[in-house]
Amino acid sequence: MSDLIEIRWHARAGQGAVTASKLLAETALLKGKYIQAMPEYGPERTGAPLKAYSRISDLPIELHNNIVNPDIVVVLDETLLSIVNILEGIKPNGILLLNTTKDADTVRTDLQVPEGVTIAVVDASGIALATIGRDMPNTPIVGALTHVTKVVAVEALKENLLKTFGKKFSKEIVDANLSSVDRAVQEVVCK
Amino acid sequence: MADVTVLAATGNQMVAEAFRQAAVDVLAAYPITPQTTIVENYAKYVADGRVHTEFVAVESEHSAMSASVGASAAGARVATATASQGLALMWEELYIAAGMRLPIVMANANRALSAPINIHGDHSDIMGCRDSGWIILFAETAQEAYDNSLISFRVAEHPEVQLPVMTTLDGFITTHAMERCELMDDATVLDYVGQRVPENPLFNGPGPVGHGMFASLGGSYFELKKAQRAAIDNSAPFIQEAGDAWAEVSGRPFEFVDAWKCDDADYILVVLGSAAGNSRVVAEQLRAEGIKAGVARIRLYRPFPAKEVVAALKGAKAVGILDRSDAFGAEYGPVGLDVRSALYGEGLLIPTRNYIYGLGGADVTLDAIHQAYAELQELAAGKLDQSLSYLGTR
Repeated sequence: MSDLIEIRWHARAGQGAVTASKLLAETALLKGKYIQAMPEYGPERTGAPLKAYSRISDLPIELHNNIVNPDIVVVLDETLLSIVNILEGIKPNGILLLNTTKDADTVRTDLQVPEGVTIAVVDASGIALATIGRDMPNTPIVGALTHVTKVVAVEALKENLLKTFGKKFSKEIVDANLSSVDRAVQEVVCK
Repeated sequence: MADVTVLAATGNQMVAEAFRQAAVDVLAAYPITPQTTIVENYAKYVADGRVHTEFVAVESEHSAMSASVGASAAGARVATATASQGLALMWEELYIAAGMRLPIVMANANRALSAPINIHGDHSDIMGCRDSGWIILFAETAQEAYDNSLISFRVAEHPEVQLPVMTTLDGFITTHAMERCELMDDATVLDYVGQRVPENPLFNGPGPVGHGMFASLGGSYFELKKAQRAAIDNSAPFIQEAGDAWAEVSGRPFEFVDAWKCDDADYILVVLGSAAGNSRVVAEQLRAEGIKAGVARIRLYRPFPAKEVVAALKGAKAVGILDRSDAFGAEYGPVGLDVRSALYGEGLLIPTRNYIYGLGGADVTLDAIHQAYAELQELAAGKLDQSLSYLGTR
């Protein structure tokens, strides 16, 4: 099961982290992968810190526990950095993706991120405000994630967005989400 | 020709799909916490006109099961879903459904019971009704929750069975996690589950009938309870038959006990539900180190498949029995009692250790499973006793 990729999401309830974890997994499924996506349910209040998990693999996934040693950690809300140990258990060569306006070097120093861990930063909230018109950083951050990690292709994500969002939302909203992905792909910086 | 759709779905979604495809006539449910999205999804099918079901939004779980009893006695195909305190509130009616031999199918999201308040995953709720006369299936995955749910209709309504069936899946771990699932096409499923042919329906029968009548002192009551015991004991071959028939359609096998690498195993963990995968992952790691580990996962819990459990365990040096609930005041947890009794019945005095684990949604870590296997080796070497033990507590 060495091909298994484990992703942990940190966010506040209401920011769409659960949706993001599922969106990514669903996209991977469409590309023939085995997947899991699950929230860790705590007190279900808007704004409360929450964790969600995604697993992606070429083989059936046997594990059903929380992810303790993630390959990738995604943080949708930077106010969590001071209250949650977002680096807990991250693989030595893991990837940390943050929704922030800070640069990667500052993040590395501030959080004392180990050298082997790649840091990716993107202003997903800024992009969401500019494209979708609301601070919903989940779609752009999944865009940045696919670009940085290649877990699935960016094009596969956009295909899936078109298909699933296309059923529920107006063309305007779908287009805004697609362009939020494009911008995140352009703007994400990896170090 | 069977047509399969691969989709990303939660266990709740898959059970709702199974109920939809089984063309349920009546679904009565209480929609408030701790209800699951099984019913929410189903209500949407009703609102969208995708099913012909009479959806009855009742005022409590007790009423949900009461309405189910009435509808099933009338001759309808009936399904419902609940969890946790909801199942506890149904308790009185569960015995009535079983005693009246009504083929109701109920999904339960296995969850904790209060106090303290906790609605996360464990088996406390379901184990509270293990003696109620219902057939009980445990699913490991969302896929299996779907498969078990479809099998349940065919078992419950079989003329030789006519008993209610609970199709259960672990709260949150299976109910709310999205996984890769395969959905069979509607026509194939409908053909598989068939039509209910009620024996003595209140409606559309040849004449007036009574259900759930008074049975006088001892005599007829006692005889009927003896018959009820025979009914659930004798249901096993029909459950296997229904599982095999679904395996033929789906390609996914159905066994009362999934005995994973038990044939040559020295150390075996017995487990129900979603913790089986983690157990197999650890067992596989141990096998790479030369330790012969196995996992016996019980999929059919009632009637208890004692013969199959013993067949899986008979060659082991030590057996660990995982219980995700406690039977307070008893010597062991519920599965611990069942398995030890089954072994004794065959004259096998294999040392066992019964572990309470994962209560109230506590995560089942690989470390905890490693600990259990390590202790089994000590147990086999005579360095540990068989007292009740815990995984993952301080």
